[in-house]
Amino acid sequence: MKTCDLVIIGGGPAGLAAAKAAYDCGVRDMIILEREAQLGGILNQCIHNGFGLHTFKEELTGPEYAQRYIDMVLERNIPYKLDSTVINIDKNRVVTYVNEEDGLQKVQAKAVILSCGCRERPRGAINIAGARVAGVYSAGTAQKLVNIDGFMPGKEVVILGSGDIGLIMARRMTFEGASVKAVVELMPYSSGLNRNIVQCLNDFNIPLKFSHTVVDIKGKDGRVSSVVIAQVDDKLKPIMETAEEIQCDTLLLSVGLLPENELAGYADVNLSPITGGAVVNDKMMTSVEGIFECGNVLHVHDLVDFVSEESEHAGKCAAEYIAKGCGSSEKIPVKGVNGVRYVVPQIINKDDDFEPISLKMRVGNVFKNVEVAVMLDGEKIASKKKQIVTPGEMETIVLKSDLVQKVKNGANVEVTLIGR
Amino acid sequence: MVRKMICISCPLGCHLEVDCSDMNDIKVSGNTCPRGKIYGINEVTAPKRMVTSSVKVNGSDAVLVSVKTSEPVPKDKIFECLDVIKTISVDAPVKIGDVLYENICGCGSNIVATKHADKI
Repeated sequence: MKTCDLVIIGGGPAGLAAAKAAYDCGVRDMIILEREAQLGGILNQCIHNGFGLHTFKEELTGPEYAQRYIDMVLERNIPYKLDSTVINIDKNRVVTYVNEEDGLQKVQAKAVILSCGCRERPRGAINIAGARVAGVYSAGTAQKLVNIDGFMPGKEVVILGSGDIGLIMARRMTFEGASVKAVVELMPYSSGLNRNIVQCLNDFNIPLKFSHTVVDIKGKDGRVSSVVIAQVDDKLKPIMETAEEIQCDTLLLSVGLLPENELAGYADVNLSPITGGAVVNDKMMTSVEGIFECGNVLHVHDLVDFVSEESEHAGKCAAEYIAKGCGSSEKIPVKGVNGVRYVVPQIINKDDDFEPISLKMRVGNVFKNVEVAVMLDGEKIASKKKQIVTPGEMETIVLKSDLVQKVKNGANVEVTLIGR
Repeated sequence: MVRKMICISCPLGCHLEVDCSDMNDIKVSGNTCPRGKIYGINEVTAPKRMVTSSVKVNGSDAVLVSVKTSEPVPKDKIFECLDVIKTISVDAPVKIGDVLYENICGCGSNIVATKHADKI
């Protein structure tokens, strides 16, 4: 069997950044496996701007951002294979992939980085009643059709879900001549960025209906002819008396992203039921030694800049693992409590390097004027005051070295909201 | 008059209050950076937006190449600009940053490619 120090699965923003960082930390025997025909992942179809302010201090479009990292990989001559799909990984880090040229291949890796991103929840996952007709797309599929393939999926559009892709597609479809009748959101708040509500909906007078959902899809001649929407009560149950019918030929679904973790499952990696991604320590290593996760496969990010940052860290940690093996086995859990829905990493793996640890978290609801705080045995050691926190915006708190040093084995580390 | 708005300059989305009772001395608060102040002032005087879209490309594996305006264009000219963008088609190879159309609709902004398209 072929061997390789590092196999990176996925050549999107996470995989590219991880590859670059691993190379810069001395790894040479490595390969990126990408299932699409080009590197760059989902950024290739995200042609809008707003990427890179954090990383490059300028505002780039998705393809431009991707190209920056593709260039870093090319400059370093990091090998990659396109059109190559990984079909299995086992817990001993044997990676099986297929492509037209090599057929079926097995590679024994010293370390594996899973950077395979996430996928959209489809209609079937949310059980919308109604006709099984053409014209129902996930927002990302519509984005690919419009931006990569040059097809318009429809003319009169209703969008269910106000996640960022849904908002971006509301504007994109409007730009291409479609009429977007409404964006319908089940929750009383949007999971998308505020800026996108302003520049994608408000700018074009597209109504955003909170606490509403689609209760029926009607069809005529095999195509969507209208959708019925209704308000929901505080238990998210539709109030049928409020139902209204909207004529349209297309329904786009932007109802959440799920980390794509089938491969992690094959390798017996422990998954978090909250994030849908692996449970990782601060070195981004999963419960299976030598298997790392980063980017949207770990937890869904709002900003690619943070994906790159996290993935560079994963690349560096994988390089350290390849060179030195596992460090300490002390495991200190980090918990999200009192409104904090999750924290990544979930485990601090106490080591002697005391490198700063960036804790990323999401809240479960909208809270105003709160302090997001990291508590060590009941004592506040780091915090951030926020006018508003929403489930749609990820918060990060960095624990500096001196604080990391304070975290002893058996400690109780919690991230909480003070003042809610 | 105080207008409340959300800054779109970056993903932070600061909640701005723009006091335009004196149009010669517009006061912006709630911003965390200088870009927010500029955005607030522009928004009540001459709102502008970046426009991104795609144009046809000939002689490449790709059907389309993505484009953006080099500078933000006046908000009320967005659709006029898009109408022009729809007429543009280019021959491969295209490189990121290539100017594909100059001074669109007299806005002083160019249409530039945001993706490479190799020639086949």
